[in-house]
Amino acid sequence: MKYSIFSLARAALSGHKNWPRTWRDAQPKSHYDVVIIGGGGHGLATAYFLAHKYGIRNVAVLEKGWIGSGNAGRNTTIVRSNYMLPGNTGFYELSMKLWERMEQDLNYNTMMSQRGIVNLYHSDAQRDAYARRGNVMRINGIDAELLDQAQVRKMMPFLNFDNARFPIQGGLLQRRAGTARHDAVVWGYAHAGDRLGVDIIQNCEVTGFTRDQNGKVTGVETSRGAIGAGKVGMAVAGNSSRVAAMAGMRLPIESHVLQAFVSEAIKPLIPGVLTFGAGHFYVSQSDKGGLVFGGDIDGYNSYAQRGNMPVMEDVCEGGMALMPMIGRVRLLRQWGGIMDMSMDGTPIIDRTPIDGLYLNAGWCYGGFKATPGSGLVFAHLIATDTPHEEAKRFRLDRFQRGAMIDEKGVGAQPNLH
Amino acid sequence: MRIACPFCGERENGEFTYLGDAKPKRPAMVAIDGGAGAPGEAEAFYDYVYLRDNFAGEMSEYWYHGGGCRSWLVIERNTLTHDIKSVRAAPGAGAAKAGAK
Ligand SMILES: Cc1cc2nc3c(=O)[nH]c(=O)nc-3n(C[C@H](O)[C@H](O)[C@H](O)COP(=O)(O)OP(=O)(O)OC[C@H]3O[C@@H](n4cnc5c(N)ncnc54)[C@H](O)[C@@H]3O)c2cc1C
Ligand SMILES: [Zn+2]
Repeated sequence: MKYSIFSLARAALSGHKNWPRTWRDAQPKSHYDVVIIGGGGHGLATAYFLAHKYGIRNVAVLEKGWIGSGNAGRNTTIVRSNYMLPGNTGFYELSMKLWERMEQDLNYNTMMSQRGIVNLYHSDAQRDAYARRGNVMRINGIDAELLDQAQVRKMMPFLNFDNARFPIQGGLLQRRAGTARHDAVVWGYAHAGDRLGVDIIQNCEVTGFTRDQNGKVTGVETSRGAIGAGKVGMAVAGNSSRVAAMAGMRLPIESHVLQAFVSEAIKPLIPGVLTFGAGHFYVSQSDKGGLVFGGDIDGYNSYAQRGNMPVMEDVCEGGMALMPMIGRVRLLRQWGGIMDMSMDGTPIIDRTPIDGLYLNAGWCYGGFKATPGSGLVFAHLIATDTPHEEAKRFRLDRFQRGAMIDEKGVGAQPNLH
Repeated sequence: MRIACPFCGERENGEFTYLGDAKPKRPAMVAIDGGAGAPGEAEAFYDYVYLRDNFAGEMSEYWYHGGGCRSWLVIERNTLTHDIKSVRAAPGAGAAKAGAK
């Protein structure tokens, strides 16, 4: 159904008890033009763009659990486009532009809130690095403002500006950045895709691929039987290596756990998203009032969706250094998700050496903001067999060619990205 | 997750640094030293540096006990559960450095 003020009023009259399902509970058909593995944000967005923009409507999204049960429902919901390297800059801005019209496009309230991000700097060298990043953004038509200490003080007077070791000198602000409701993004793409005919099939785990005598992928084996497909796209984030292994492929990816934390609800405090520049700590405040924060990945390979104490301690220390009064707030919840950490910290969106199999992976801890952009460029790739203009650097063979996109400059050590 | 170092006893994992899968072995690279380079060398190096099994289950890994005895360790650990099966000193730990003299 289409949501509007009228549907809301009508449902209100019957006490909101008669809302129809947001998407159909589809049963698997024997064959689809395109099968997408993984019902996270990226898989669902890909299916939506295939149907909406490329006219391919005989599409299924296969999800082993329920949609949004992976990283899409576990992240800290930060959306920004403040990347510096060619390849990333244009892609994340494409995604940002899609965020800005997502609610109208999908007919769904994803609670996109452009309340800005401030990356704090604590030294002259860091200020210069942020000035450079901001300049790169502005040259590319992306908004960026370098703030001095007084400007940051005005926005966030509660910060520990005079921290003896890491005094706050200022920050880099992107006003168009912000947060969105992660679950609603998943439900929004499911809702919009479903209206265009996409089958969303939950509790359907892909367990293998079917291939013809030339090795071309002809479909998938699943916990709900074999499903034929003209083309198969993988968008399984932290499980990319496991699914690729079913097709005999090894990837330049390691799976690592990242934790997130939510405090009890407090009155409005933090105006936007805030990041500490002298340690790894980022925080925003949800509409319910809880402080949502996180930091580094745990640093060891993991498929267990939970982390360990040392990183909790490290994250909380970062918070205390930045805004000591956070110590008075109680922690409410904490959880982990499995990141597909690539060898250069940048995603891979490409055809694979296997005919009919397409790869969307390597999102590290930053793929939520990429959701609409990733869906668009992956749909483009699957529909046209050519990379989208803004994703042509995200090739799988870039490691062999020496064309890495290493935003952090740490090399092939995924736990440092 | 706590790690029982063979030299220091059981310690919290924050004392340790993770390197990764212990399986990849550095291939010979003649080309680096100005030689002609054997066929397949570049591919072997690509495989060693970039590709990973990223195994879900029991895996052998290198960890470094920087907050303790500063030894390199080989740990057998299950990546699905974080259960640790064995911890031992990495054979020849430090040898690469000694040989480089
Ligand atoms: C704690 C945390 C904080 C984060 N914070 C941010 C942030 O602030 N900003 C940001 O931009 N990004 C953030 N991220 C990263 C972001 O969440 C991910 O990069 C992004 O969600 C990955 O894409 P996805 O939504 O498609 O993944 P997922 O939601 O993980 O989707 C993959 C799906 O594939 C399914 N699947 C796996 N194997 C199979 C199979 N064999 N068969 C069928 N289905 C299968 C899984 O069940 C899963 O639902 C964060 C991540 C975490 C964990
Ligand atoms: Zn030790």
